[in-house]
Parts: sequence; C-alpha cells; structure tokens
Amino acid sequence: MPAVQETVAQVKTIDVDQYKYGFETDIEMVKAPKGLNEDIVRFISEKKGEPAWMLEWRLDAYRRWRAMTEPTWAKVEYPKIDFEDLYYYAAPRNSEGPKSLADVDPELLKMYERLGVPLQEQEILAGVKSDKPRVAVDAVFDSVSVVTTFKDELAKAGVIFCSISEALREHPELVKKYLGSVVPQSDNYYAALNSAVFSDGSFVYVPEGVRCPMELSTYFRINERETGQFERTLIIAEKGSYVSYLEGCTAPMRDENQLHAAVVELIALDDAEIKYSTVQNWYPGDKNGKGGIYNFVTKRGDCRGRNSKISWTQVETGSAITWKYPSCILRGDNSRGEFYSIAVSNGYQQVDSGTKMIHLGKNTSSRIISKGIAAGFSQNTYRGLVSAHRKATGARNFTACDSLLIGDKCGAHTVPYIEAKNSSAHFEHEATTSKISDDMLFYCQQRGLSEEEAVALVVNGFVRDVLQQLPMEFLAETQKLIGISLEGSVG
Amino acid sequence: MLEIKNLNVKLADEDKVILKGLSLTVPKGEVHAIMGPNGSGKSTLAYVLAGRDGYEVTDGDILWNGDSILEMEPDERAAKGVFLAFQYPMEIPGVAGLTFLRTATNAVRKKREQAEMTTPEFMKFVKEKAAKLNIDYEMLKRPVNVGFSGGEKKRSEILQMAMLEPTLCVLDETDSGLDIDALKIVSDGVNALRGPDRAMLVITHYQRLLNHIVPDKVHVLADGRIQKTGGKELALELEKSGYAEFTGKAA
Repeated sequence: MPAVQETVAQVKTIDVDQYKYGFETDIEMVKAPKGLNEDIVRFISEKKGEPAWMLEWRLDAYRRWRAMTEPTWAKVEYPKIDFEDLYYYAAPRNSEGPKSLADVDPELLKMYERLGVPLQEQEILAGVKSDKPRVAVDAVFDSVSVVTTFKDELAKAGVIFCSISEALREHPELVKKYLGSVVPQSDNYYAALNSAVFSDGSFVYVPEGVRCPMELSTYFRINERETGQFERTLIIAEKGSYVSYLEGCTAPMRDENQLHAAVVELIALDDAEIKYSTVQNWYPGDKNGKGGIYNFVTKRGDCRGRNSKISWTQVETGSAITWKYPSCILRGDNSRGEFYSIAVSNGYQQVDSGTKMIHLGKNTSSRIISKGIAAGFSQNTYRGLVSAHRKATGARNFTACDSLLIGDKCGAHTVPYIEAKNSSAHFEHEATTSKISDDMLFYCQQRGLSEEEAVALVVNGFVRDVLQQLPMEFLAETQKLIGISLEGSVG
Repeated sequence: MLEIKNLNVKLADEDKVILKGLSLTVPKGEVHAIMGPNGSGKSTLAYVLAGRDGYEVTDGDILWNGDSILEMEPDERAAKGVFLAFQYPMEIPGVAGLTFLRTATNAVRKKREQAEMTTPEFMKFVKEKAAKLNIDYEMLKRPVNVGFSGGEKKRSEILQMAMLEPTLCVLDETDSGLDIDALKIVSDGVNALRGPDRAMLVITHYQRLLNHIVPDKVHVLADGRIQKTGGKELALELEKSGYAEFTGKAA
C-alpha cells in the first residue's frame, strides 16, 4: 500500500490526537452564572475593581455586540454557538489576593510545572537551573492571571509587565489611552464580545529608548468546562524601544467545544520594534473531530511611528477551528510589518488564517511568509490582504504562501486579496502547493529513517524559513511540537 | 551473501508482470554487474531489494545473510545493511545535507544498537569521508540535492553510502549523468568501499562504468530474468553485439 494511502488509513484508525496537555486540574473556582447580559458585564467589571469609565466601555461594546451577527465568510464549518450557554467568568478561588509565587495555589504551580512553564524565578535567578532560558512569564488560568514573574527586575529597566487587570488599577491612564485604539470595540463580532467580557490578559509597556532585557511570555490555559476564555493583551513600545513577546496556549481534552476569543493590540511608536510570537497548541479535538477549541482571535499591530516595526510569528498546531489574522497597520512612514506563519492541521481541524498588511504611510514595507501543512481530513486556508492607500507611495510587499499536503483527504486553499491604490506600490506574490511524495519518504526511509521521522524531517525542512524567526529559547520545543502534531498522519 | 530465488514481481496496481523468476547470488566480497536493455526490470530489482511500495512479490524470496528481507520495512532493511544509490536522488528542500546525513547515520546506528555519534565525532567522520569524494564541505550546508548538478548528486549518494556503512550496496545507474571526471571520482569512491564483508550489485546500461568498477561477474537481465552470466569480458561482448540476442524472445 503506498504511503499516502496508508496515511489516510492511519488517520482513520489511530487516535490522531497525541495531545500531551489534555489533563484537568482540580481547583476550586468562582464563576459568574451562565449566559451573557449587562449584569454579567457589570459583575466582571466589579470583580476586577475597575474604574467607572472601563465599565462604560465594556457596556458600550456589549450593546454593539448585540447588534452584530457572526461572520460567515471564513472557510470553516461548525454548529451555531449558543452564547447563552457559556460561562463568561471563572477564576481560581484564591487568586484574588496579592500575587507573588508564594501565594499561588500549589495545585496551579504543579500544573504549570507539568506544562513546562518556568515560573520558578528564584531558582533561575540563583543560577540553580541556569540552562533554562530566562523568560518572564505571565500565567493566565481560565479568566485570570495567576502570577507574573520577574516583575521587579523588569521594573528596574522601567518595563511594566503585568496582568491587564492590574494595569487597570495601577496604570489606568496608559490603558485608557491605548485600549481599543488598534482594535476598536465594534471591529468585528468576536472583538466586540471580547471587549465586553474580557477578564484578563497581559499588559506590557516599554518606555522610550529601552530595550526590554528579557523575553516576555504569557501562558494561557483553559481549564473549566463550558467556559469561554476572553483575554486581552496590550503592548506599547515607546519611541526607540524594543520588546520580544511570546504566548503559549494549551487546554484539557474535552468532548465539548470551547470558545476562545482573544484580542491583541500592539502599538509601536517612532523607531520602536515589537516582535510577537505565538505557539498555539489548544486542544484540537479527537480523531472524529469531536471537541476542541474554537479559536476566534483578533490580533493587530499599529506601526504608529516612523521607522517602527512589528513582526508576527505564529506556529499554529492546535484548535478545532482557527480564525485568526494577525495584521499590521503601517501608518508611520518607513514602517515595516512582517508575518511568518506555520499552520499545521491534522484530523478534522479547520484553519482559516493569514494576515492583513495595510500600507498607509510612505515607503512602508511588508513581508509575508506562510507555510500551511494539511494532513488527515483537515482544511487549511491562507487568507490575506495587502493594500496600499492612495498616499502610501513606495509601498512594497513580498508574499510567499506555500502549502504542503500529506495524504489525499485534506485540502489547502490560498485566498490572497491585493489592493493597490497608487501606481508606485510594488507587490509580489508567490504561492506553491506540494505533496509529500511517496518517493521522498522512500528516499529517507532507505537511509534508515522511520516513516514518521521522514515526515518530520521533510516538514521541518518545509517550515525552516519561519522557524528561524522564533526566539532561540522556543525553537527546539516548537520543532518537537510540529512532529507531535503530525504523529498518526503516517504509519 | 545475497540470494535472490525465483523472484516474481508485478506492479501492485496493475497486472503488469516485471520480474519473472529471477535468480541470482552475490557472495560477500564480490561485485556483480547487472546489464540489460531498457525496460528489462533493472530498476524494479533495485527498488524491490530496498523495499519500495508499489510492487508485489508474487513468488520467490530475497535472502540477505540467510534471512528473508521481504517483510521488512525500508528502514529496517537499511539497518540490516541494504543501501540503494538512486538513479534519481530526491530533493529535500530546507533540509541541509549535514542534518540529513546526521539524522540518517544516527537512525541507522541506533537500529544497529551502536552508540549515536556526538556532534564532534560526526563532524570529524563526515569531513574525512567528504574529502575522499572530493566533496566541498560547503556543499553539505545546502539543502539535500536541491540545485545539485548530476555529478554532485551522485557524489552525494556515494558519500551517504560511505557514512551509513552498508554491507549490501545496490547502485542503480550510478553512471548516468556523469562526465568522465565525475565518473572517475564516483568509481574511486565505490572501489574504496569494496571489502571482504561487502557485496555490491552494480546496475548499468553501459560497459563504460565497468572499466572503473571492475566486476567479478556480469549478469544479463532481459525479459524479467537473468539470461546469461559471465566474467567481466561479457560486458565487452555486449558492448559489441548489443542486447538483440536476448530481447528477441521478449518482443
């Protein structure tokens, strides 16, 4: 039986889900009642001790959301979501006190240890585990941030890294100035929902001229049943500053679908640079496509200043459905946007992802490198927009979309939109679709690699350009993750 | 010792029969050449030895050192010492030659229950072998076979052969696409690997290669079976008379 035939057979028989992070954590939770109405919005705002303007902002978003309808243009299919049958707030009972490592529920610490998230800053600082990367972590569990590490050290450099709830209490003027300035409340259906009920997320502020001394990272974990996760991330890089940020996500294995609707806003002022990397590993569902996370996320960066730069790198291996388009608004003259993406789909996963590069300033440039890998019965779509405004003279874009198919029951689709409203724009688009051929696998196997090792080798070669964009600390882990995601796609 | 006994092979998806009772024995330490016209089943024999999908063995057996290898996966055969130098080596974009060589070498060593090579050991080993084949070390940083000339591809195959230390080497038309100089380098590389514990099967159209890799025996393959076996002088005869004598029956 040829290998690709076998692939299809294997996907049918083997549980494609080799998901390692599917365990549950038993923690006592505080929840808001099911369903969504103005009282729930008020409840969340009150729980967080937010200022009055924030509650108004949320209620405004909620009312706009009520008037909107779910978008249907993406190439994904799923049963209608009952938004009244979800919990919108869930928090570990003891999480509302002061946040230092000592105060965190030991069960939670154990869970993050199992996930391999480095929260033990003392040990790292003391050099006990010096081989581990030094990364500051904000850990978000269901609706709230449980702990943020290395805060003191970052504060010395003037960098603010905390949960967004804390930022609302400690730095309300900054949040008020920037929140919703990139993704307005009514931007889209899920962004409006998020604006109304977001419960936590990360906040980063890097002052003028500061190069953030370490990688910042947020680790998201959904644990509760029937709970939506709505986090909000806001990163501001002042003039001439630099920050590199990474988010990781996992969830337990459940047979129901869970909703994740996040919003991320990035603002880069003059000569600032933000590098934002995502390793998304939400639970993708089982071999029959049952369960898994619906990942409906709005991510957008605003290159507000001259010579600013925003770079998105994403590795998407999880979620039953991914609907996500990290974008750049290239407002400042000479600003630059980059999007590097690896989207792996297996089983019955559906991915509709890509980017938007909106060229508004003069001599702006952007680069898009997208690698989609589809196996099993999955559908993998790249959807992208590159546009140049009338006044965006000298805009340049280069786009390369490559798709790799494993087996003959999956699909890869590329939907690029290109709009140039001035004649000096220079846009290039390249796209390829290829299959891992039996010949290529046989060649590797003849050299002693098992079929699975052969697929992992070929796929890692295929995504190499993008992997190189990831922070070094996460490279090895990500290569492994891609291998695991494709396990069961061949014999 | 390689023993091929009454091997009958058809295409898995079609009723086309390719090998019709092929029998052949290659003792350790010997180099045998297989010559034959186009479509006689030479490449099929190479693929079936290595375990490629798409062929069905309907009768007969292949024994390597006394054990049948027919039920083994290609990587298990590689671990058991079977190496095929491809006529058309595959390109693997994005995978550097060194990464490929290291992954393969260690995969095979692991299956042979040998210790995996450390980075310094591997680098020393690969530099030594590459130098012998006149392979520029810089070439190994490029993706496997991507943009390689015909000569580079074949030298790279022989380098892989040297690295994996096989005991049964099958060379499928290794001379195709080579100029005289490259032919000499590749042949020297193959000759260097000749040894008392290694059997080689050299598949070729032309006698030319056999001036450089001098075989112990020459077999003529036509119409799916061995039609004639002789010494190295048989290749010279064939060069003069062609294969007409053997293909008459097939037509």
